[in-house]
Amino acid sequence: MQKKVYALPNWCTPANPVVFDPDVCNGCNICVEVCQVDLLIPNPEKGKPPIALYPEECWYGGCCVAMCPRPGAIRLNHALPQRVRWKRKATGEHFRV
Amino acid sequence: MDWNELIQEHGIPEWPYSIRYGEETEVGADVLVLGGGIAGCWAAISAARKGANVVLVEKAATVRSGGGGSGCDHWINTPHPRSTITAEEVVEWELEFSGGYTNAISRYIAARESYETLLELEAIGGKIRDAEDEFKGAPFRDEETKFVFAYDYVNKIHFRVWGTTFKPALYQECKRLKVHLYDRVMATSLLTQRGRAGTKVVGATGLNVRTGEFFVFKAKAVIDCMSRHQRNWCFSTELRGISNFRPPQIVGDGHAMAWRAGVEFTMMEKSRPTSFGSGNVFPHYGHGNPLNTWFPCTMVDARGKEIPYVDRDGKELKTEQERSQPAPGQKFMGERTTVYKHKRPELTPDLLERVKKGEFVLPLYADLSGMSEHERKAIWGLMVGEEGRTRIPILKTYTDAGFDPQKDLLQSYMLLGSDPMRGNVRPQDRTGGEIGDAGGPIVDWDLMTNLQGFYVAGDALFAANYHYHAATTGRYAGRKAADYAAKAGVPSLSRVQVEEERTRVYAPLKNGGDIEWKELNAALCRVMQNYCGEYKNEELLKIGLIWLEDLQKNEVPQVCADNPHKLMRALEVANILTCDEMIIHASMARKASSRYLDFFRLDFPEIDAPEWHQWVTVKLEDGNVKTGALSIDFWGPLKENYEKHR
Repeated sequence: MQKKVYALPNWCTPANPVVFDPDVCNGCNICVEVCQVDLLIPNPEKGKPPIALYPEECWYGGCCVAMCPRPGAIRLNHALPQRVRWKRKATGEHFRV
Repeated sequence: MDWNELIQEHGIPEWPYSIRYGEETEVGADVLVLGGGIAGCWAAISAARKGANVVLVEKAATVRSGGGGSGCDHWINTPHPRSTITAEEVVEWELEFSGGYTNAISRYIAARESYETLLELEAIGGKIRDAEDEFKGAPFRDEETKFVFAYDYVNKIHFRVWGTTFKPALYQECKRLKVHLYDRVMATSLLTQRGRAGTKVVGATGLNVRTGEFFVFKAKAVIDCMSRHQRNWCFSTELRGISNFRPPQIVGDGHAMAWRAGVEFTMMEKSRPTSFGSGNVFPHYGHGNPLNTWFPCTMVDARGKEIPYVDRDGKELKTEQERSQPAPGQKFMGERTTVYKHKRPELTPDLLERVKKGEFVLPLYADLSGMSEHERKAIWGLMVGEEGRTRIPILKTYTDAGFDPQKDLLQSYMLLGSDPMRGNVRPQDRTGGEIGDAGGPIVDWDLMTNLQGFYVAGDALFAANYHYHAATTGRYAGRKAADYAAKAGVPSLSRVQVEEERTRVYAPLKNGGDIEWKELNAALCRVMQNYCGEYKNEELLKIGLIWLEDLQKNEVPQVCADNPHKLMRALEVANILTCDEMIIHASMARKASSRYLDFFRLDFPEIDAPEWHQWVTVKLEDGNVKTGALSIDFWGPLKENYEKHR
């Protein structure tokens, strides 16, 4: 079945600076309270992960993750043009963030 | 679920906080601290310890906010009982490096009080020693005190610290001392005695950035801890959080409101090209480099060949240990300087030529695996881990992705562009307040401005951007403001002044305009790039001012906001415009060029002419800009004046 199509503006860049795991996050909103740029808002549905309303404002300071009481609930997700590479010294294999 | 999914499944959510536009609360204090970063928290703690009733107003959330809220890896320039370096020597290298263009008052205060401030920080819960003996036996450790040091392992005045513990400790101490914290409140203007500009400061207005509620803060003394100007030349409408070295909510609110109130500024003409302000950077401290947090990391080329470090005399250093030792005959090394006397080792300066000749192959890498275990763990784990924006963004994220400092070479972007320190950047991509010494209000030995009762601390001072400097000057200004407040009379507010500010603050909600704050910010940056960029002359600067006046008159009234968050952003950009005006007026007043200020006038090409080795000052008086000059060493004898005033 075809998904309903909406008239939506482009996403901003980055679109997902912080990624929530809905199985771990209990919607306590501590991250909403500590984020210094105030980019998150509480989920309208209580107990669910917050919503990144202004993702392009993320400073990537990581305080949301650092102050989260449930490890694994939030992951900082670097913007694609900011991914850094590394090389394994012994094998020369390449990796990236 | 992201916002796009949310609106498709549930429709557009209502604003999650109660809207209180126009509602007003009046709050009284002895000492009002504006800005709750490192300087602000220290100012509040210090004033409260003197018995003052303290109110702290913070635009974000005090527990982690500000440039140093997420961490700090080094606490530099700190003479202490076990070092032989004096406060005078510390300020000497800073003055040399800046050509005299730095605030020696605040830097001297910092050098004198840094060590006792650090110990106070430890007493309230900050971690400053290697108590677990992780670095036992390391050449940078003092075995008796368990302090660990950076850069100069002989003189040991630059401390390595566990700065992720600092801000929560300061926050808890503020709460313990019953400092009244107003988080998520943006200070919008200063209130002056009976509403007259250029007189005593008796309070400030504020806006709750979630509810839109208006605040009137009435105080006997006010301390500006709101950092400095940002985003005057560079602004990415998309990658906009990334393109800020300091947190993006730092834009110069304090500078703008102080200017409108009649505070005198200096060094506002200074700016320099760097990618710090653009979206083209990689995560800070997140790629291989041989500089501050990563110093003295071993760097290798694509074939694994080591890039040599050289000392100040150009002598190649053979061992890792030599990178942290003063050169023969050198007393001590500054944290960073290009001046011979205190210069520390660096990668060979002819690197680019040797790359072009094929001696080294790009890209370069940081080779932590080739370093001693102590040094590797100090860089990756202590420095990258405790420095701001490293614990989660770099240490955790890279580790989770599989990076292993014992096995892997982290790529460097040196010579490839996008490196904030050494990469080529467009000359018009400039920063004003983002890094280094930047313009700010002129202060006396009490850190008070020309307006009575109005003090300044931290990065707002026209000095460099360091955690130790913010902490010590905040602590100093706090006690000075508390002393002043104890003797000050009752503040007298003007209702007319408050009403005018209320009208200004809420205007973007009502104007029905068709641009948002981002477009105006981008336009302002374009004006500054074109007319106050790499090269300046009277004609360009005049056109720049015309443009700014035009934008103020015709476009600012069109900037709309439809919730308190966007209202905050709109007010911030209005402040950026005000800072731009200050910068252009200061640039017109300096009819000379200066290498130290990275300030080049095509119509006054002589570089650093002796008669222009002075401070240029600007202030608003009766609606007109007044410029002036101050002697380069207006602070007088440092030791004598500090001891008279402390």
